[in-house]
Amino acid sequence: MHEMSLAGSALQIIEDAARTQSFKRVRKVWLEIGELSCVEKEAMRFCFDTVVKDSIADGAQLEIVETAGRGRCTQCGNETQIATLYEVCPQCGGYGMQVIAGDAMRVKELEVE
Amino acid sequence: MCTTCGCGSNEVLIRGRQAGRGRKTDAPVRFRPHAVETGGKGSDATRIIKLEQDILARNDYVADQNRRLFSVNNILALNLVSSPGSGKTTLLVRTLEALKGEFPLAVIEGDQQTDNDAERIRATGVDAIQINTGKGCHLDASMIERAMQQMTLPRGGTLFIENVGNLVCPAAFDLGEAAKVVVLSVTEGEDKPLKYPDMFRAARLMLLNKCDLLPHLIFDVVRAEEYARRVNPAIRIIRISASSGEGMTEWLAWLAAEKQACA
Repeated sequence: MHEMSLAGSALQIIEDAARTQSFKRVRKVWLEIGELSCVEKEAMRFCFDTVVKDSIADGAQLEIVETAGRGRCTQCGNETQIATLYEVCPQCGGYGMQVIAGDAMRVKELEVE
Repeated sequence: MCTTCGCGSNEVLIRGRQAGRGRKTDAPVRFRPHAVETGGKGSDATRIIKLEQDILARNDYVADQNRRLFSVNNILALNLVSSPGSGKTTLLVRTLEALKGEFPLAVIEGDQQTDNDAERIRATGVDAIQINTGKGCHLDASMIERAMQQMTLPRGGTLFIENVGNLVCPAAFDLGEAAKVVVLSVTEGEDKPLKYPDMFRAARLMLLNKCDLLPHLIFDVVRAEEYARRVNPAIRIIRISASSGEGMTEWLAWLAAEKQACA
């Protein structure tokens, strides 16, 4: 369950931002989680709520912004939406979709006071 | 604390001793956000801050530092990943026995608990440092960085990092290695590459281990390999057995080629 360390890294990003941008409290956190990233959304929610306890983001609302996976076929160049890493290209039937979107894990925005 | 696998505490031990939090070197991990306040979207008392920061950026930064250190010291670093019980340690012991004396070797062992694997490695005469991740389910780049500060670097040689047995979590964490090598044993399901695609996508080489047991098992080798290539068409596959020695020559040749490529 690497979500716990990822949630810890997200908190670190938030705490670094608090230092450079002088805010005392975080109300809301927007996390971008790509469909093809190795993150389980519900696990992330659970871990996030746990790691932010007693931090400046204690009790902050977590908004997960999901992004769809997109791949480019390495054989014919076709671009298409993909939900797994082993999808077959609908155009040429080949495997080996290169991920071009939807594998990100990002702290997007914060609402702070 | 997570309820699925219990990871997430800070109980990391290196050589059985508490690993300090954070870095021990003077150079700080620089991680400066390109933050832009958009304003106007928060309520009266709040404001919105745009960060757009990759959650793994800090790990990737430390991994790059590790990679630089490996490069400066001409070290081939490999990250061995698999599920528990795939035979990684036995395979590693055999590999070290074959390579010993050719060039410097070192091993970083990752396990939640015990020093057992490092002991097995040390019995070959090769230096091994054990990282106990406590409840953690993977090694990360800063654990490797800290471990390297406590060991003699195998300059001009090879560093094997045996990750925690887990086909899920270690896939996301770059340690600074030249390549991930995934070990799949034939006593597991042949569809593991499809079940755990992130790991097979991240690996450059798959060692299909325990092949000496194939006559006793119902395991479709061709299908397992086809599944791995569905996830990662470029993956190299070697059928191997640490017990019988099958495939060892090919594996050692792969190591030699990697070594040459990183020199």
